[in-house]
Amino acid sequence: MKFGVVTFPGSNCDHDMIDSLRKDLGQEVIELWHKDKDLSMFSKEDCIVIPGGFSYGDYLRCGAIARFSPMMQSVIEFANKGGRVIGVCNGFQILCEAGLLPGALLRNANQQFVCKNIFLKSENTAASITKDVTGRPLMIPVAHGEGRYYADDATLEQLFANNQVLFRYCDEFGNIVDTANPNGAIRNIAGICNKERNVFGMMPHPERATSNVLGNTDGQLIFQSLINNN
Amino acid sequence: MQTNVETTDKFSQTTVETAEQLGLTADEFERIIGILGRTPNFTELSMYSVMWSEHCSYKNSIVWLKTLPREGDRLLVKAGEENAGLVDIGDGYACVFKIESHNHPSAIEPFQGAATGVGGIHRDIFTMGARPIAALNSLRFGNINDKKTQHLIKGIVHGIGHYGNCFGVPTVGGEAYFEDCYGTNPLVNAMSVGVVKVGQTVSATSYGAGNPVFIVGSATGKDGIGGASFASANITEDSVEDLPSVQVGDPFQEKKLLEACLEIIPTGALVGMQDMGAAGITCSTAEMSAKGEHGMIIHLDKVPTRQENMKAWEMLLSESQERMLIVVHKGKEAEVLKIFDKWDLHCVQIGEVTKEKQLKFYLNGHLEADVPAESLVLGGGAPQYHRAYTEPAYFEKIKAFDIHKIPDTLHARFAAERLVKLPNIASKRWIYTQYDSMVGTANASTNAPSDASIVTVKGTKKALAVTTDCNSRYVFADPQVGGQIAVAEAARNIVCSGGEPVAITNCLNFGNPYDPEVYYQFVYALKGMGEACRKFNTPVTGGNVSFYNQSPDGPVYPTPTIGMLGVLDNISDRLTLNFKAAGHLVYVLGRSRNDISSSEYLHKLIGIEYSPAPHFNLEEELHLQQAVTKLNKAGILQSAHDVSEGGLFITLLESAMASGLGFEVNTNANFRKDAYLFGESQSRVVVTIRPEDKEKFDSIMHSVIDATEVSVRVEKIGVVKGEQISIDGEDWGTVLDWKHQYDIALESHLA
Repeated sequence: MKFGVVTFPGSNCDHDMIDSLRKDLGQEVIELWHKDKDLSMFSKEDCIVIPGGFSYGDYLRCGAIARFSPMMQSVIEFANKGGRVIGVCNGFQILCEAGLLPGALLRNANQQFVCKNIFLKSENTAASITKDVTGRPLMIPVAHGEGRYYADDATLEQLFANNQVLFRYCDEFGNIVDTANPNGAIRNIAGICNKERNVFGMMPHPERATSNVLGNTDGQLIFQSLINNN
Repeated sequence: MQTNVETTDKFSQTTVETAEQLGLTADEFERIIGILGRTPNFTELSMYSVMWSEHCSYKNSIVWLKTLPREGDRLLVKAGEENAGLVDIGDGYACVFKIESHNHPSAIEPFQGAATGVGGIHRDIFTMGARPIAALNSLRFGNINDKKTQHLIKGIVHGIGHYGNCFGVPTVGGEAYFEDCYGTNPLVNAMSVGVVKVGQTVSATSYGAGNPVFIVGSATGKDGIGGASFASANITEDSVEDLPSVQVGDPFQEKKLLEACLEIIPTGALVGMQDMGAAGITCSTAEMSAKGEHGMIIHLDKVPTRQENMKAWEMLLSESQERMLIVVHKGKEAEVLKIFDKWDLHCVQIGEVTKEKQLKFYLNGHLEADVPAESLVLGGGAPQYHRAYTEPAYFEKIKAFDIHKIPDTLHARFAAERLVKLPNIASKRWIYTQYDSMVGTANASTNAPSDASIVTVKGTKKALAVTTDCNSRYVFADPQVGGQIAVAEAARNIVCSGGEPVAITNCLNFGNPYDPEVYYQFVYALKGMGEACRKFNTPVTGGNVSFYNQSPDGPVYPTPTIGMLGVLDNISDRLTLNFKAAGHLVYVLGRSRNDISSSEYLHKLIGIEYSPAPHFNLEEELHLQQAVTKLNKAGILQSAHDVSEGGLFITLLESAMASGLGFEVNTNANFRKDAYLFGESQSRVVVTIRPEDKEKFDSIMHSVIDATEVSVRVEKIGVVKGEQISIDGEDWGTVLDWKHQYDIALESHLA
């Protein structure tokens, strides 16, 4: 399996993602440019990553412009054919804007950007990206101004009914409580997937937690789960 | 094409009055006439007014800046030679770093003022070919209870975050202090640190007659016109009228500019590159031409503009952000244009290099300005002044201070509980969680805090240790000693992080230089800094001077902010500040003293404004730092944390809070309790060791201690233990409770 990481103008976590996958996880990575369209080198077994940052400056609405880029048209096609796609932070916002994931990411409840280590927990044994990490709190950093996940009641009901919730914010002991929610996300939702479980979106940055030198490798577990359960 | 500048029409005629309105003196006007051999027209006079402003010319400071040590084995360029300092860090890599102020814009429009300060300093780094990998800042605000100050804090922090987070460089460290003197004049000093392979840097130069000159990046608008002159005047009620002097930032544009510029450098197509900051096109064309000893012909009508019919002087003075001037080897234009096109950036040829060392600016074929490049720049024609200085009158009040008139504390715990909530001491998390501190995956301090921030250099085993420091109350109390302490504390922070201090950049924030008492502070602070830089072998690589931080209420505290760079050859040399395990022994390295001078305790809790700087001796400091380094090399230090604001107790508490572990400590009856626990006497470090390393520790300390007055001392004061804090056997409560008070104190004012 190999990874493709897309760079938009304004992406700033693209190289962190590439370094993490290549150096810390030993994966093959192909760098992709927003103006290109070709994804013919990828099969359904592979995974396209939409990294964090401020694509096109995010001056309109986060991810609202990026979804129209040539590369995103190919990514949408790739996802619809069953190929795996992960969006992290701005990538999650883009996937929601592109209609590949339900709901939206709103400005943080306190109106401020937030960057810190948080804990999240998965109870989802059905998705490849979470299968091996369920039931335990993972320390992963967040860094966003618009990460408050929101969906209407009907959508939420569907998300839980179809087991599409990947991660929820929790305290260091794994309790899903309000005080552990960094942005006011509805029901502490930090990450979700689509119904088919091949498109994943999450606000926290696992690629920032894969290096021994930086003192946190919890993010490796998430990527490893995805790789192992291919 | 016309060859002579017209000075006959009504608008272009200038007089001494015009010069004075533009902030120049009568003498300077005469000097310009002497240079040109004629009266300058309005456009030319405007150019001189910005280039000879303090901000660009350092005319009131350069004489003293030259006294600072500016050479060292590791320096690859001398101070002032390029946009920022270049320091060899080994393994074929160099570090480019610089600190700069954006005080005046931030006072008027805090969000954009602070944002463009961040943008500007990063441009200084990548214009040399280095990729910025870390940002720091040093902030000064007024009283936190003041509504206007709260507005400024929110705007400035939001602005720094907005720019840095989007641009994608982590903010890894900084400092924030709150003192009444900064109410009208907040200070915003931003530092950027970049890394480049040796030999891949670009110079801010221009040569080779016929080589094309391009303007790159954003279009030019009327924003920020005369910003440099604005930064060279006091802030008064009328300053809001200067709003157009504040620039507007676009971090997305700058991110594209960064990537495009770094992609172009390896093509070898560039002769030189310079960012456009203060004085925009004027400054970049003048400095590059003067450095390369050539001239330029520029056609202003080719410059992409945001509005129609901009006048020549408006384009020449515009400080629109995210622009660069580049000079390209003739014949290599296509390679350059292709890369800027890839990043969807403007790249337009606006002129060419000439052998004649004049700058000629045309607008629609009309010669608007014709001046020698050299005459505009620092070291060239710009004036240099010796200013008068006298000892400030308030020194008498400082000399009158007598510690014996202040009774020792009877309720140390009560004092400590108030101390921990002071804005200068309490957690700054309300500020720093708004900054992306982890983008770039190089900030090694996120999960392992140290006195300085540790940033890895990818592709090597090395790490940088970076810090900004200045306790300006010490500088106010004694400019020379305070200047020494600012440098010493920065070096101590780096040593306590396992690094070797290698060089500094400075941001000199002072009041009005025409006030002899302010100028005295400036002169003596520089003397102190110079002495300390020589002692620690940390030359000055550059920086900036910000005068006129003064309102009708008076000047700010003299604030020479030090940005220091340290190197760890291997990140495994790193020291961290958190306690590691129960049972570890706690020592103070350095000498305790009966000294509460200029401490937070004396100033904020007792309410005494005038007292001397805390005890400090350069030689003693050096011995202390050498001892810490020696102990670290032996691999026996479990934690190290220097004693600074709030004294020994706060130092212990910070190491405890970072780990959740408590401590049992006994005070020393030879000293006043307030001085022992809360005094800020310098040159002290709290370290912990494992009990089994005690013998080794004692033997190393024995080898570094001698009988001299400046020798280091060591005192075992207690042990890491449990989750409680115990002082002299008295239970002071849990670390968790202290941490809660420490964490929420600042944000309770800002929610």
